[in-house]
Amino acid sequence: MESRLTVSSSPHIRSTETTQKIMRDVTIALLPAAAFGVYNFGLRALTILVLSIVSAMAAEALSQKIRKVPITVDDFSAVVTGLLLGMNLPVSVPLWLPIVGSAFAIIIVKQAFGGLGHNFMNPALAARAMLVASWPVEMTTWTAVKADAVSSATTLGILKEGLNVPVPSITDALLGTIGGCIGETSALLLLLGGIYLIYRGVISIRIPGLYIGTVAILTFIITGFDVQTTMLHVLAGGLILGAFFMATDYASSPITAKGQVIYAIGMGVITVVIRMYGGYPEGVSYSILLMNVVAPLIDKYTKPRVFGGAK
Amino acid sequence: MGLLTFKGGIHPPHAKKATEHLPIVDFLDPKVVEIPMRQHIGAPCEPVVQKGDYVKVGQLVGSASSFVSANVHSSVSGTVLDVKKQDTAYGYDVVVIIENDGLNEVHESIVPQPDFNTLSGKEIIEIIKNAGIVGMGGAGFPTHVKLSPPPEKPIDTIVLNGAECEPYLTCDHRLMLETPDLVIKGLQILMHALNVPNGYIGIENNKPDAIETMTKAASGTGIKVVGLRTKYPQGAEKQLIFACTGKEIPSGGLPMDIGVVVNNVATVATIGNLFNTGMPLIERICTVTGKGIKTPKNIRFKVGTPVKTLIEFCDGYNGTPGKLLLGGPMMGVAQMTDNLPAMKNTSGVLVFTPEEAKLPEPSLCIRCGKCVSTCPAFLEPIQISAYALQNNYDKASEYNALDCIECGSCSFVCPANRPLLQTIRVAKREIIAKKRK
Ligand code: SF4
Ligand code: SF4
Repeated sequence: MESRLTVSSSPHIRSTETTQKIMRDVTIALLPAAAFGVYNFGLRALTILVLSIVSAMAAEALSQKIRKVPITVDDFSAVVTGLLLGMNLPVSVPLWLPIVGSAFAIIIVKQAFGGLGHNFMNPALAARAMLVASWPVEMTTWTAVKADAVSSATTLGILKEGLNVPVPSITDALLGTIGGCIGETSALLLLLGGIYLIYRGVISIRIPGLYIGTVAILTFIITGFDVQTTMLHVLAGGLILGAFFMATDYASSPITAKGQVIYAIGMGVITVVIRMYGGYPEGVSYSILLMNVVAPLIDKYTKPRVFGGAK
Repeated sequence: MGLLTFKGGIHPPHAKKATEHLPIVDFLDPKVVEIPMRQHIGAPCEPVVQKGDYVKVGQLVGSASSFVSANVHSSVSGTVLDVKKQDTAYGYDVVVIIENDGLNEVHESIVPQPDFNTLSGKEIIEIIKNAGIVGMGGAGFPTHVKLSPPPEKPIDTIVLNGAECEPYLTCDHRLMLETPDLVIKGLQILMHALNVPNGYIGIENNKPDAIETMTKAASGTGIKVVGLRTKYPQGAEKQLIFACTGKEIPSGGLPMDIGVVVNNVATVATIGNLFNTGMPLIERICTVTGKGIKTPKNIRFKVGTPVKTLIEFCDGYNGTPGKLLLGGPMMGVAQMTDNLPAMKNTSGVLVFTPEEAKLPEPSLCIRCGKCVSTCPAFLEPIQISAYALQNNYDKASEYNALDCIECGSCSFVCPANRPLLQTIRVAKREIIAKKRK
């Protein structure tokens, strides 16, 4: 028996948590809101989601093959990227668009920088930003939720432009029977997914809580304490989806506790500034991407105080 | 008393069920003992017996060669078969092999000590030093060294570690249940020796019976028994002191820097026994357990008993063993063979099945930050490890690699199975080597 004893350095036990389980949990958490998107926008939404997921997985396998690294499509991380991208698209986009987006997200943003954990921006969001810049019309054409409605601006668009259309109710915003990207409309189901992730220990409340909180407080103050508008800003745009599922992307957010606080508040401020004073009705994507870029810097300046170090 | 704890840490499965309710069983007549000359941190002992000598229980067989070292004594009576080098948990080292004649003839020098209250601190520490007492929690640091702080570092608190936060191990738990008075007596002796007013015994709250028993035993002594949250590494020196007293040992410092001395409950019980009977450290309790063991047990054994013999006493291996550890699964050391002696600091013999022994495949770090939020030393294991892998030890040092207490929480928690602690250890070694230059 002697030679068969394994000798390795401590610790000799590992938690059962794996990358795969974490990514699978994120997928599970996104599914209810995605399913609602399909219910809300019809079968075309399903086609888009499937296309973006499958092309993300294919792009992952292909680029890993070219990079001659182990192919890890089964770790669910490409699934998450593809799903997130699909959920961030309007339902009316041409069907080649999710494919281009997923390929960009995986090949350029993720694999070119070294693969999982090495992307400095959230791949799905970076891809979305690229799509908006390249195909602005396709990316901002909103289809009506209900077949008979004519216009279909997003809620935040209506608020921003002061369009002469009725503003959706808070209940609609909560349930998600409003216009927007496929997966961003149901605040309720997204919150449910977020709570699931917190319960599973995949994310902590720190980033989404502070991000959403900052947006809420600033909007409340700027709108002169308008509860209705504030609620819509929190619920109706991409904030919930962004705060729970994209701002918390491990690779592109700070790892220190203090760093995460700065990062989250930073995103909140930028989002509100873009929404209130910028040219776009929505600011979640750009604020996350901007803070992604400075995350390494934040990490560098927020090293935790070592145990027994000066307070 | 509220539940005290520290920040960070992990919750590994306890795996204590197999043995926590099993009373300690004696295995005190091994045929042969192999007594290593080095069973502690510090210089090895010089053997003072030769092949053919007749030795008695408690007789000195290895003499400490410097201050940071600890005497070793015979744990049986019988004939010295050989003095030679062989495998030990500390490497290929000199051992004194004694054939047990089973008579347990006690050496003349072994007589009960006088009442400790009549002794000075110096005298007590000298007795402890002569008896070869070392930290029995795992590290094996000579106890008399810990008890001899420089005069400019006055000690006001002694904390006993009864946390037993390592999964699987239950020997300290059983010891506290079965011989609480020895623990209290030992602690009183140390408090008297160092003239210290505060004594704490920290116990994790997954051992409510031990907390109760020790509280009862401590009543009227002024010693405080503290229930600690069950969390690993609750028994790590710095974390234990923080939980019991709220004080942080400065980075790079020792407990004595804040006036504290920490000892394991088993060490202190041995000191209690030493003053009762005069017997040096020749016996201890260990937990032999794991899925790879047929009948797990808490065993009182003679120092130098071959690990193989202890395993046979537990009805042997359960199938083919995959991994053999001395100590617990978080900080224990994997051995290449069972053909080595159990020592003063062998708190556990843990055997994994081949399935459990499989090494996890590391994958890419996903930067989840779990290693950072669990590190009880508040380090960023991911960064230290990454720099270590690039051989950039200056950067690793900047990230306070030397403050790592090697608890293994980071490696445990990492979903990508990164070899974090393993690489941090390399960095520590390199940084220390560079400092020496
Ligand atoms: S726990 Fe592992 S995967 Fe997570 S940040 Fe640390 S090293 Fe990376
Ligand atoms: S870095 Fe060291 S102290 Fe921190 S968790 Fe890892 S092993 Fe423990």
